[in-house]
Amino acid sequence: MSWVNAVVHGILLGGFYALLATGLSLMFGVMRIINLAHGSLALVGAYMTFLVVEHLHVSAYVALLPVLPGALIVGYLLQRTVLERSLRAGELVPLLTTFGMLIVIGNLLQYFFSPDVRGLGSGSIGTASWRATSSLTIPWFDVLVLGVAVGVLGGLHILLRHTQLGRELRATAADPDTVELLGVNARAVYARATAIAVATAALAGVFYAMRSNFDPTTGPTQLIYAFEAVVIGGIGSLWGTLVGGIVLGVAQTVGARIDVQYFALAGHVVFLAVLTVRAVVQAGGFRVALRTAG
Amino acid sequence: MSALLSVERIDARHGLLQAVREVSLEVAEGETLALVGANGAGKTTLLRTIAGAHRPAGGRVVFDGRDVTRMPAHARARLGIALVPEGRRLFPQLTVEENLRVASASRRTGEWNVERVLDVFPLLQPRRRHRAATLSGGEQQAAAIGRALMANPRLLLLDEVSLGLAPVAVEGLYRSLEGLIESGTTIVLVEQDLARAMRVASRVVCMLEGRLVLEGRADDLTRERVTEAYFGLHARSGA
Repeated sequence: MSWVNAVVHGILLGGFYALLATGLSLMFGVMRIINLAHGSLALVGAYMTFLVVEHLHVSAYVALLPVLPGALIVGYLLQRTVLERSLRAGELVPLLTTFGMLIVIGNLLQYFFSPDVRGLGSGSIGTASWRATSSLTIPWFDVLVLGVAVGVLGGLHILLRHTQLGRELRATAADPDTVELLGVNARAVYARATAIAVATAALAGVFYAMRSNFDPTTGPTQLIYAFEAVVIGGIGSLWGTLVGGIVLGVAQTVGARIDVQYFALAGHVVFLAVLTVRAVVQAGGFRVALRTAG
Repeated sequence: MSALLSVERIDARHGLLQAVREVSLEVAEGETLALVGANGAGKTTLLRTIAGAHRPAGGRVVFDGRDVTRMPAHARARLGIALVPEGRRLFPQLTVEENLRVASASRRTGEWNVERVLDVFPLLQPRRRHRAATLSGGEQQAAAIGRALMANPRLLLLDEVSLGLAPVAVEGLYRSLEGLIESGTTIVLVEQDLARAMRVASRVVCMLEGRLVLEGRADDLTRERVTEAYFGLHARSGA
């Protein structure tokens, strides 16, 4: 694999990470909830799609038609029943609640689906690729995922900027007490944000299941990648999430180009580097460090 | 004349501190009531209790014949109670127009829309697409009032709208308010400037340490009587 190939594949992989991270970023941006169960919810989306595919004998793409609206409903109810109460109890409680959900979901999946490794077919597009040059091949499936990620982020951008729900979401994120005085039901707005977040997680989960095998323990690993993409791109920023995903993806594929073992490690290193630089800059220590150096 | 709003023996606390003690008052449709009192007298807490932003420890709030005491703030806004909170509380990252449009969530239709608000507060016209964070104090206050009006309220609660504004801006603001009062909007306003409060309001109530200590028509009250009640001199001489 050439360097160019590694970078191009990294960018495409970044689309997947961005899609996975979108919901995480949205929930943090609107409610300040760090949803540790995000990766697990993505996995639930994959398993639900798997069920539909098994029983109705349709392709995974068709199976998304019932799964995505289902995910919207699950997200809405999750917020109204569990997360809303957690939020009222204090800032750190949702962290504990979603950590609990991560454990519970993992165990429930083991119970109902066994620890067996599964896969979802990705159709003819899953294996097709375009051979651009002798050293550069572009898999169509990865292009599809990147396209869907850009589409989802673009859709969310339009929703946030140009619709009443979007204005309510942004206003509620800024000041949930004041929006209430204007007739906005802040809790219902929160529930809609979570509904959208869970639906994007499910979509990412299905794409994950199409590109590689999955089992009930895959959720937390995916959470880490999504989390890294969000942090690299700037917390709560939608397009930043895309940038973060791409940076993470490129770091991983370039790392793997050096040595296959460095795939995950290179991503983590870039994540830590971004985090450190940002912490130093925020503390104003960067200028101080420069001055003392000079 | 039946009351649009009646507050019945409201008690409101902030933890152990009792901010409002057994306050009862009525506001008739079309009336302008000025709520005066020193800092910490409980005026803001009373307004927030009426709007549903603060849950009272006791008593009832009745709006248009309906007990709204247990109703959340957004439901009260949909019935037509709008509060312009102390400190304006605009959404800084949203543009002026977006700030105004958030109030469409009240689903109340009427004479107020973005164009009408911009007509009444012409200083906002050139700032329409600017972020609220970039506005001057006077512009912010106009936007906050305009935003409340977007909900087409039957009762408008104004909490210290002139606080922190340049005298010129206060003049402009009150000229716009007088227009509102003439058009028949029911208003309860908290104002530090006694003379101004007595000039615009038809009735004045004064709070002291959480209680209502004076109530009367603005024409019947003298500045001296209100000042006495304001500082509690009145109560002390009575004791």
